[in-house]
Amino acid sequence: MSSVPTQVDPYDITIRSNGLRRRRVTEKAFGVVAFLSALFACAILLTVLGTLVYKGFSELSLGFFTKPRALFGEQGGIADALVGSAVIVGMAMLMAIPVAVLVAIYMSEYAGPKISRALRIVLDVLNGVPAIVVGIFVFGVLVVGHGQSAVFGAFALAILALPMVARATQEILDVVPQSLRHASLALGVTKWRTTWNVILPAAIGGILTGVVIAVARVAGETAPLLFTSSIAANEVSADVHHALATLPVLIFASSESPDPHEQATAWAAALVLIVFVLVMNVLAKLFAGRKRRQLEGL
Amino acid sequence: MTSTTYDPAAPETDLRRRGLRLGDVLFKGVSVVAAAAATALLGLIAWKVLALAWPAIQDFGLSFVWTDAWDPVAGVYGGLIFVYGTVVTSLIALVIAAPLSIAIALFLTEIAPRRVAAPIATMVELLAAIPSVVLGLWGILVFGPWIRDHLEPWIQATPLGLLPVFSGTPSQAGILPAALVLTIMIIPITSAICRELFIRVPRDLTDGALALGSTRWESIRSVVLTYAAPGIAAAVLLGLGRAFGEAIAVNQTIGNHNVIPTSWFEPGDSLGSKIAAEYVGATSLEQASSILYLAAILMVISLATNVVAQLVVVRFERARRAV
Repeated sequence: MSSVPTQVDPYDITIRSNGLRRRRVTEKAFGVVAFLSALFACAILLTVLGTLVYKGFSELSLGFFTKPRALFGEQGGIADALVGSAVIVGMAMLMAIPVAVLVAIYMSEYAGPKISRALRIVLDVLNGVPAIVVGIFVFGVLVVGHGQSAVFGAFALAILALPMVARATQEILDVVPQSLRHASLALGVTKWRTTWNVILPAAIGGILTGVVIAVARVAGETAPLLFTSSIAANEVSADVHHALATLPVLIFASSESPDPHEQATAWAAALVLIVFVLVMNVLAKLFAGRKRRQLEGL
Repeated sequence: MTSTTYDPAAPETDLRRRGLRLGDVLFKGVSVVAAAAATALLGLIAWKVLALAWPAIQDFGLSFVWTDAWDPVAGVYGGLIFVYGTVVTSLIALVIAAPLSIAIALFLTEIAPRRVAAPIATMVELLAAIPSVVLGLWGILVFGPWIRDHLEPWIQATPLGLLPVFSGTPSQAGILPAALVLTIMIIPITSAICRELFIRVPRDLTDGALALGSTRWESIRSVVLTYAAPGIAAAVLLGLGRAFGEAIAVNQTIGNHNVIPTSWFEPGDSLGSKIAAEYVGATSLEQASSILYLAAILMVISLATNVVAQLVVVRFERARRAV
């Protein structure tokens, strides 16, 4: 492949050397601008993280993690929101992972290239549906008539997690070497056994990466929970038939409060949430590294 | 596993003779159902949200979309305030984020040595991982006051301050703070996609340009950016779709005011933000009907943006396969 830009005559040195200084200046300027842009993104990340630690760390104590939200003025904690978030995100992933993995298996093991491409577009568009619209959808389908509940909140989060996990799984299934499939089938192993016992274990690192990234993302989602699990009692509970408090909704509600005490709670809760999200992302990186090494070793 | 002894009486053997295996049929069936369910889910969401909004659409008519009013006391409702807020904040965010994202992606793929690029790429990824509610918290309590005290007075001191959109009293919550928070949210998304695109530009094309005497910037402009242009357009559209749909961080920073502000410093509201604000009151469909109309508008806008982005991607890939 060689494509020479047509407007350039490679033998005409005079054009190229004209304005050499200006070209050098442009070149330098480009480098500086690109570097500053990257620096800007990093600076924002560090500023946000720094603010969270600065404003939130002093609020952390044992009681903060073990006590539920206080009613009026007393020193409260976020135990109810922690439990609620864990329960709802856990249920959401239990709902999303099996379906997502099956969709990915269908795409890479059964469907032809046309259907597979169409499904990819469907998943990407589903991924682009605004979280608040998913919240309204679940509100209209389930919450109206039944009231809010943690299960409905989990269902809304599962809708968000589904395309993320499915796309990550499908991408890793596509890079599992064909030779593995051929070897297994040649031994007389049935196709579904091959998929289940050979392909999936080979791809497990990539699947876990996708799952962990999805957990980190849905754990921070507020919008779908507002309409499905936001009006909760101030107590630690794991009763999935009622609305449960969650970290994002807690942060959202107290971020708009003028009370500095509530704001302090919001900062500390945000610090807890971001630490969780960062840890999950580091985990995902580790899984991803292992997966790559394994598949390269094959 | 296949059994080693041949037993003609076993029923599964008959299936096997016809080339069918129960496990295979079941497994394929289940995965087909899952794929169909995921597809149906997308259709179901679109249909259900439109169906929920249908009573409001019949009540208010299509003119709701361009009616500039929101007065629950008088019972007058219109969506223009929120459509304006959504479109303007997202477009401001896009105009700032697109060049920055492209520059970041170019820095990571074309300029920085690997040892520098890897940690910076990780940090940009982590920027995308910050939950919107946390970014909104920072936006309203830290970033907003900074914008009010420093950025907005500075803009007013420049010739730009003569424009009506930069007039008025600086405020910590408004169109501009919301747009800037959205900018931060879409930079990692667009720059990650652009990075993927730039990595896949064939090396021999850039090498060719360099060999002809181009500077690095000239090779990037004439080869990398040209080659990846449709992909960049798709990346920008995906970022725009994300900005349209963001409800929480915008709700925290836009100021929640039911007017179309003349100045970008002043508070307004967006579609997602307005919907999010109504959650406490939302217990019955009747009460929520105008909100559901807003949700339908938001869904149509963001679905359209996403579908167009996907079509651009598909055409881009088809063209590349043809090469």
